[in-house]
Amino acid sequence: MQRLKLFLPLVMFVVLAGFLFVGLFLDKQTLPSPLLDEPFPAFNLATLNAPDVMVSEHDLKGNIALVNVWATWCTSCRAEHPQLLAIADKEIPIYGVNYKDDSEDARRWLQEFGDPYRFSVMDVKGRLGLDLGVYGAPETYLMDARGVIRYKHVGVVDVRVWKDILKPQVEMLKQEAAES
Amino acid sequence: MIMMIFMRRAVLLMVLLLLPMATVAYIDAWTFDDPAQSDRYRALTEELRCPKCQNQTVAESNAPIANDLRAEVYRMLQAGQSNEQIVNFMLDRYGDFVLYKPRLSMGTLLLWFGPILFLFAGGVTLVMILRRNRQEVVAEGLSSNEKIRLKQLLEGHKPS
Repeated sequence: MQRLKLFLPLVMFVVLAGFLFVGLFLDKQTLPSPLLDEPFPAFNLATLNAPDVMVSEHDLKGNIALVNVWATWCTSCRAEHPQLLAIADKEIPIYGVNYKDDSEDARRWLQEFGDPYRFSVMDVKGRLGLDLGVYGAPETYLMDARGVIRYKHVGVVDVRVWKDILKPQVEMLKQEAAES
Repeated sequence: MIMMIFMRRAVLLMVLLLLPMATVAYIDAWTFDDPAQSDRYRALTEELRCPKCQNQTVAESNAPIANDLRAEVYRMLQAGQSNEQIVNFMLDRYGDFVLYKPRLSMGTLLLWFGPILFLFAGGVTLVMILRRNRQEVVAEGLSSNEKIRLKQLLEGHKPS
């Protein structure tokens, strides 16, 4: 027993080292969103392609869909753009929130690189972004058909993120909808 | 003359060295209705954490999101909202992370009471060690042979 006690400092060290080791691989940038399982925040904004038509959160309902927060100043948004084009409508409808951007630049951007969005609302002042708890574009929200936010991904949506994270979530929602 | 230049340079160097130590707070050109509101603004932005930059308060950070949050705090103060309303507004959007002083909830129980737990464990260990030591002293009294030997040793070394 006394002998075993000699190993106590070693045991404590190993436990502490274990915690620190796990800490190395924790993702501290991604915050849990308090908006999960909450309805998409209310908004009333014009879209890039039809500046005189106002849309609201009700226009997002009806389908399982992605809402992608993007801007021309956001370099990572460029990186995920091809992946969004690849899945848009074929796999899932995507709506855009053009976050704190110059609308002219944004239109040019979509013309140049292609437009994966059913529509992109112009959130010039970032009011909708604030209500969504956006803290860094790109952010992508997965919504169910009732317009409730079910998942949030912060950062680039690339092939891996789509296949490993978002698509399984989409499948789950589809199954859930089929069951009810 | 040379001394003067040297002194001036020394002072300049000292000022430059101390400069980074000055508390950095982003200065916005807000105008407040009264000093109390200005104080509340300062207190609120200092207890809110910037969601993007993580180890800075909303008051310190110059990240665009911190800018927006400061503007929002200002707007809500002007609209006559209470501190609680403003904090809840931020919580609804950014979660507990946005508070430097986390709320008491199931998830933060360990955070709040962990230190007390450790202090308690330490106290218990200390008491146990002290008590055992005392017991050992009582139990391990000297045998009669040892007493004689002790006496001999003490007498042998008596300062005469």
